[in-house]
Amino acid sequence: MNAPATENAGQVASAAESPGWALRLSNVNKAFEGVQALKDVAFRVRLGEIHCLAGENGCGKSTLIKIVTGVYSPDPGTEIEVFGKRLASVTPASARALGISVIWQDLALFPHMTVAENIAFDESVGMLPRLYTHGASYKRADRILRRLRVDLDLNATLNSLPIAQRQIVAIARALHGHARLIFMDEPTSSLTQSETNNLLKIVKTLSEEGVSVVFVSHRLAEVIEISSRLTVLRNGRLVGVYDTADMTQTRLGHLMTGQDLVSEISARDRTDRRAVLEVEGLNRKGEFSDISLDVKSGEIVGVIGLIGAGRTELAHSLIGMTKPDSGTIRLDGRKIAPRSVRDAIAAGIAYVSEDRLTLGLIQQQSIAANIVITVLKKVLGKLGLISPKREASLVSNWIENLSIQVGHPEHAVSTLSGGNQQRVVLAKWLTTNPRLLILDSPTVGVDVGARAGIFKIARKLADEGIAILLISDEVHEVHYNSDRVLHMLNGRVVWEHDPASASLADLESRVYA
Amino acid sequence: MTGAINELKRRLGPETLALAGFLVCLVAAFSALSPRFLSVANFNSMAFQLPVLGLLTLAMLAPILSGGLNLAIIFTANMSGLTLAWVLIQMGGTEAGLAAFAIGCLAAIVVGAAAGCVMGLVVAYTGAHPILVSLAMMIFLRGLGEFLTRGGDISGFPEFVGKIGHGSLLGVPVPLLVFGAVAIGWHFMLKFSRHGFSVYMIGSNIRASEYSGIPTARTLTLIYTLSGVLCAIAGILMVTRFNSVRVGHGEALLLVTVLACFLGGVDPFGGFGRVAPVAVALVILQVLSSGLNLLGANQHLSTAVWGLFLILVMVLRHVIARIRMIFGKRKEV
Repeated sequence: MNAPATENAGQVASAAESPGWALRLSNVNKAFEGVQALKDVAFRVRLGEIHCLAGENGCGKSTLIKIVTGVYSPDPGTEIEVFGKRLASVTPASARALGISVIWQDLALFPHMTVAENIAFDESVGMLPRLYTHGASYKRADRILRRLRVDLDLNATLNSLPIAQRQIVAIARALHGHARLIFMDEPTSSLTQSETNNLLKIVKTLSEEGVSVVFVSHRLAEVIEISSRLTVLRNGRLVGVYDTADMTQTRLGHLMTGQDLVSEISARDRTDRRAVLEVEGLNRKGEFSDISLDVKSGEIVGVIGLIGAGRTELAHSLIGMTKPDSGTIRLDGRKIAPRSVRDAIAAGIAYVSEDRLTLGLIQQQSIAANIVITVLKKVLGKLGLISPKREASLVSNWIENLSIQVGHPEHAVSTLSGGNQQRVVLAKWLTTNPRLLILDSPTVGVDVGARAGIFKIARKLADEGIAILLISDEVHEVHYNSDRVLHMLNGRVVWEHDPASASLADLESRVYA
Repeated sequence: MTGAINELKRRLGPETLALAGFLVCLVAAFSALSPRFLSVANFNSMAFQLPVLGLLTLAMLAPILSGGLNLAIIFTANMSGLTLAWVLIQMGGTEAGLAAFAIGCLAAIVVGAAAGCVMGLVVAYTGAHPILVSLAMMIFLRGLGEFLTRGGDISGFPEFVGKIGHGSLLGVPVPLLVFGAVAIGWHFMLKFSRHGFSVYMIGSNIRASEYSGIPTARTLTLIYTLSGVLCAIAGILMVTRFNSVRVGHGEALLLVTVLACFLGGVDPFGGFGRVAPVAVALVILQVLSSGLNLLGANQHLSTAVWGLFLILVMVLRHVIARIRMIFGKRKEV
């Protein structure tokens, strides 16, 4: 039960005052049918610590959690110690009995049950039928919420609550099961900044009570903000364990990816060009107000803002999904008021959605169908019917053009990797010959190598004269890939940043202030 | 050359091939068991029975592809039949001429289209679930029909009406010709028209379709309208077959049409399914019932056999999918 003298040069001082370990894993190996998912990984969490497990998609984060919680059994030689107890093996049941709990991104709650029933759910299941006493469960649920210092209506049905509050219910449910080590999988990915702060407060309360919390995330800023220490994995191997005190986003990005994030400013001066998009005084109540901006031909204008800043909402009004209350939109000098995506396409606007899974692509349908969906008119043959020949030639052109790696164009688009799916989205929009291309968080779920490829395509399109609006919540992404950056806060454009003259740190401090 | 064969296989899909194979076995078995099975008389009886169920199944297919359902098909057909009957009776009853019949058919189609159109508009613009919308329409049409007919049969049509229903053109029964034409049209509409493409996309993900510029509301309205038109054609065929109209006629076929779609490999959640395998599935159901009938089985028993057969198919499909998954995994390693 002795803590090791050192595990990392930076840790010596704090290890001495460490109260003990909640979890100690060493020599973790796991191979799936020949693919080494984890190789000699060590992972340790202190009692009451907020720890972050960071790494890119596919680095082995979830495999590691699944080993801790008994979903997967590790390869022989792996040593597991939970709360000072050496374990030969872990099963899902024993992990729970030991106080290990995971809150997955989808929360795994019951949408039609009340808050109290969700929190106390585990009381009502078991091998033998048991009487479920509503009053007692209600009281226990109430006690847990008070412990977390949150105020929630215990009788509200879960699906009437916003995501942030459901997350609190999931935490309460874990505590109801006497969890002492809680893993949270990408907990902040659908929260606004204030909700994230609130969650952070709750997590700190837990930590003060001695509950250890492990955040699993790939959002650099939040990782640094939330945790006291972090473990970085890359390609199934341990990169290192670090104190967050002296960590920067750039360094963490480098640790996670093993390569330097794009560090060359690509900004160019396009101010003398003709404006393609001109927005004046655009308002939509509760979403954005008094937005005026322009994007010149061949220019990439970045729009940075945290979730809830109104950036996606602005895009939705530009493509006709929502109707602005007032203001004008001009495209190539002509006033437009698109009332549907069809109108927007006809006017020359294309929109790459941030939500590729449910809005950007029709996942079950074929790659070919997803590409031609926006331009059915172009593939019509005799009698106004769709010509398979024209469809095939258009599709294969785009597959070649954007070097999309596909098995067969008739395969479902869901079989592709994130980066290739994003290229399909680009193809589907570029066939419409847009004048303005809106890229909304185009690198979500796309690996780093593939990210660079997407920005390269964007730059090439800009060089061909297309105006590009690049929406993102990753500061370095807009800084390095835009000609100008607009900072949105609470529905307004509050600052214009020039990557060529101002530094990344400058923009970072504004956005995360 | 093998490439072309593989391409054909891929296009038809293992589903259609398997169904066709099963159909061949079934025909062989019945021919062995009953000498009358492979006769002109039996073929004719099947060819006259199949089209009504077939048209109603195609009317069910399209809404299912769009991620919905149309439970009002039978009563839409009845209502259209009633419209035809009313026109015929107004224009001379047994003395009515071909012109009256033509006008009646047109009116029937308008009524069917209107019923479908209303459902489509409600589904498209209110976002109400198609099951509820079409159920409400079904109850409305049934009530209205029973009120208008007082629950009885309407008959007294000119003689030529029955001749159309029982007649043949170049040796092919007229109802079968109608069904064949509609099925081919339906196939082209779904596979090669912009509207058909939109139906599949909406069936898989309506929001993503909207975000891709598909006119979702218009497409949904149109597909239910077309479904109503097919019901009307089925209703007209029923008039010419039975020489009478009764509201509730063919009610038992409603769920059979749903099952025929699933037997034909249509995805119950929408987005996937084709006309050809559904047509083969229909023939299988018809052969099963006619064959059993020839063997002297009770008509009710053949309905039970349909049900049993469909359960078997579902189980078989599951088993095959499992086997594929296991082998598929091995292949990847």
